[in-house]
Amino acid sequence: MSVNPKELKYTREHEWALIEGNRAKVGITDFAQSHLGDIVYVDLPPLGKEVKKGETLLVVESVKTASDVYAPLSGKVIEINNALSKAPEKVNRDPYGEGWMVIMEIKDPKEAEELLNSEDYESYLSTIS
Amino acid sequence: MSELIFEKSKKGKTGFSLPELDVPQTPPPFEVRQEIGLPEVSEPEVVRHFTLLSQKNYSVDTGFYPLGSCTMKYNPKINEDLARMKEFALLHPEQPEGTLQGALELLYHLERYLAEITGMSRFTFQPAAGAHGELTGLLLIRAYMDERGEKKDTVLIPDSAHGTNPASAALTGCQVIEVKSDQRGGVDLEDLKSKLSPKVMALMLTNPNTLGLFDENILEVSRLVHEAGGLLYYDGANLNGICGYVRPGDTGFDVVHLNLHKTFSAPHGGGGPGAGPVGVKEALVPYLPVPTVERNPEGKFYLQWERPKSIGMVRSFLGNFLVALKAYAYILTMGGEGLKRMTEDAVLNANYLLHLLRGHYQLPYDRICKHEFVLSTSPLKEYNLKVTDVAKRLLDYGFHAPTIAFPLIVEGALMIEPTETESKETLEAFARALIQIEEEARTNPELLREAPHNTPVRRIDEVAANRNPILKK
Amino acid sequence: MRYLPLTDADRKEMLASLGMESVEELFSDIPPEVRSPALQITSLSEPELEKHIKELGEKNRDLAELQSFLGGGIYQHFIPHAVDHLSGRVEFYTAYTPYQAEVSQGTLQAIFEYQTLVSLLTGMEVANASMYDGASAVAEAALMARSITGRKALAYSAALHPQYQRVLRTYTQHLGLDLVELPWTEKGQTDLDALPEKDFSALILQNPNYFGVLEPVAEASRVIHERGGLFIYSFSEAVSLGLLPPPGSLGADIVAGEGQSLGIPPSFGGPGLGIFATREQFMRRMPGRIIGEARDAEGKRAFVMVLQTREQHIRREKATSNICSNQALCALRALIYLSLMGEKGFRAVAEQCYHKAHYLSQALEEIPGVKLRFRGEFFNEFVLTLPQEPEGFLNFLLKNSILGGIPLKKYYPSLKQEVLVTVTEVHPKENLDKLVHLLKEWRGGLK
Repeated sequence: MSVNPKELKYTREHEWALIEGNRAKVGITDFAQSHLGDIVYVDLPPLGKEVKKGETLLVVESVKTASDVYAPLSGKVIEINNALSKAPEKVNRDPYGEGWMVIMEIKDPKEAEELLNSEDYESYLSTIS
Repeated sequence: MSELIFEKSKKGKTGFSLPELDVPQTPPPFEVRQEIGLPEVSEPEVVRHFTLLSQKNYSVDTGFYPLGSCTMKYNPKINEDLARMKEFALLHPEQPEGTLQGALELLYHLERYLAEITGMSRFTFQPAAGAHGELTGLLLIRAYMDERGEKKDTVLIPDSAHGTNPASAALTGCQVIEVKSDQRGGVDLEDLKSKLSPKVMALMLTNPNTLGLFDENILEVSRLVHEAGGLLYYDGANLNGICGYVRPGDTGFDVVHLNLHKTFSAPHGGGGPGAGPVGVKEALVPYLPVPTVERNPEGKFYLQWERPKSIGMVRSFLGNFLVALKAYAYILTMGGEGLKRMTEDAVLNANYLLHLLRGHYQLPYDRICKHEFVLSTSPLKEYNLKVTDVAKRLLDYGFHAPTIAFPLIVEGALMIEPTETESKETLEAFARALIQIEEEARTNPELLREAPHNTPVRRIDEVAANRNPILKK
Repeated sequence: MRYLPLTDADRKEMLASLGMESVEELFSDIPPEVRSPALQITSLSEPELEKHIKELGEKNRDLAELQSFLGGGIYQHFIPHAVDHLSGRVEFYTAYTPYQAEVSQGTLQAIFEYQTLVSLLTGMEVANASMYDGASAVAEAALMARSITGRKALAYSAALHPQYQRVLRTYTQHLGLDLVELPWTEKGQTDLDALPEKDFSALILQNPNYFGVLEPVAEASRVIHERGGLFIYSFSEAVSLGLLPPPGSLGADIVAGEGQSLGIPPSFGGPGLGIFATREQFMRRMPGRIIGEARDAEGKRAFVMVLQTREQHIRREKATSNICSNQALCALRALIYLSLMGEKGFRAVAEQCYHKAHYLSQALEEIPGVKLRFRGEFFNEFVLTLPQEPEGFLNFLLKNSILGGIPLKKYYPSLKQEVLVTVTEVHPKENLDKLVHLLKEWRGGLK
């Protein structure tokens, strides 16, 4: 069963990125949300926060866990999904849609080449589950 | 039934009685605050409210409380009465020492008993809890290292450790490196060696650890850490498994904290107050918090505030004195022999209960345990059940659940500590319940998933409570 | 041994089921060379223990016997008997932390009510389930302000309780903080003009301060907010909240103080009650346990521990604090105390403290050679300057079974002749008059 949209790029830490020009919309994958269980809080980063690829971008929390979400790409946070502060369940319900978390301005477009496509991500999932 | 005290409030009711003001009034030059919003309830209503609330609690006095690493033993009644005596409860910490001789004498002797029990030189009573003791102990080690010009800023902590260990280390400005556990549940010596370096200030160890296992390699661990220039910190959460049999000080520990509300029978109070006194070897005595309790050659007790190398204070005054008093009374009741017997029975109870449950639940480390042991409920995943479901179902059988989902190195952990104050019959009844639940899990998993069924409230929706936190009325 | 239910027959049977003959076999994993020596502690029977502790108690002189004007962080107030009875119920004091919420609703609801009361008293939006004491609560508040603002400089008043200052310094000593102590003015208030130009994470003021003096709270809050720092309001006499404006209304961002005055006996300084409250926007940065309202599977109101992801058992070294407990039983006492006293009773206690302290200070001031050290307004504590160092006077009072106050030079070397005098509602007028009379008598004897 494939639920991971083809147009997205993925990381082995279960983040996704929708890259359009020098911008990337970022969230966590369906696998990640189902693994975390009911998400109760998304600790969104401040606008303007700069991160390097692989650094902690934000934190998602369930009742008994707090998990770092890592930046799939280096760049600057230019938009955050404020709707999640009132309704973190959107991440569970619609991880690739309404459950998006931030939009980043990409610093180095070449980094995107290192990300997985949906097929590679799914075969990666089959090795860990 | 679950009305809040505020919902019982009605203007005009009073629950207090004070003498009339008998001095002339001085009008305050500032604006006096408006209504606060405190409840107005009569005394009988307050009494009924809190009595009914108390009846919604599980407690040691009403049932078996096998919480691993929490040592929920019986809390002796005489100790409660002694701590309420006006001669202790009505002492002000700023009284002249001459009016405090009994209290100081008590602390002086308790310090010596604890030193004898643990093999340490001196103790401070200022830390108010175990985690507070950890912070204090690490600050002592840091002060010791700093004075020697040692730039050490790393604390090693086993992966089986309680979360307070890394959190306390972070508060002392240290970085934390995790050490793996080996196949037998102890410190993995090879992993330890690979992580030791001149930066290592201390290894924090709970022994027996949170798996209830005594680390057989403790002397080698101690040698390795000391050779690398570090010190050994003893988390006393599990002293109930070895008290009277082996002293942390004799196995190389330099600093210990004890939980007087665990091993030494002071009640937990629903989450506190406890007490986490810290003991040290001679070399670390100069750094102990101020004040210390001393006795002069004439036999008078006094507080020593002049300790130039002291780390300072970690709490006001002398810590949770009334908790220390209960521990003192307990130690004198048990005596040396009794403390050893306490440990024997705690360990025997744990091993017996383990024996009764073997074969019914997965046992990740099958060896002699000390005062507690850890089972895994991970095979129940097959029925889509989590350890929480087992815990909640136990409540239906009239037992408190064990510590669950901890230590982190065991999936679906049930960490069970019976303590020495439970009878053989109680252990057997508890084992029957757990065995029955395992059967229910296979035949009727819904029963567990929807548990508890007969508690004051049913399973609570923690997700909603956390998504939209309501912290007050 | 009366606390141990196993019989010898039980032990034998249990060991046999383990295939063992002796309990020693259970300890075979302990290296023989480190076996503990026999502990040389003699056991006492219950009557012997009682006698022994009573004898120790008789070597103390307690506040039931002595008339006490001691305060300075620990206060003697009237405690209704029902507080002892209710908090002494075994279902409360022999329970653990409410991890299994379904069988801990008593403790959980009580703490929820306590948090509500703290919010009301302080005028803050959210409160935690309590901390160890006022001193450690202040230290935790400082760490929280640093984490919120990312700034390292921290200003605090020299008139903050001296032991709170020491705890603050101990807690922060390895965290690279730049601590700035602000002196006091002639009025005994914190000198806000002395605040240097720095990026402060916070300013900590105690109100009333250690000298009993009321601080310019609104002004302090304005000054620190202008600099982008947080305002931390501390207190050691919780009864003052019955009369003074709530700190939340004066701009406090964090309130951290001692709640011992609320139904907890002086207890030689412990246990006490660390009160901690903040604004809703900082809720997730708050240390300590927090209880929230919830619903059970049938929709019934219930209570449960919430926001645990802040805490050490989940976040480990990234936790907001290492604290893993609260002072639940002390919080319960404060809750029962305030429930009984109610709006009117608590207000009456605060007013009596205020009026009696002022009556006494006015009478003492009339004695030649005796004066109030500070001109600032006060609540129920004040600093008296005596004609000479206070030991002689305090010893003279003690001979008359009175604890006259705290000599301040042990905390403040410059205050050699000063004594901190505290008055609460426990003193009838005759106690106050007696103190005045004795000071006059002692003063007369000096010549």
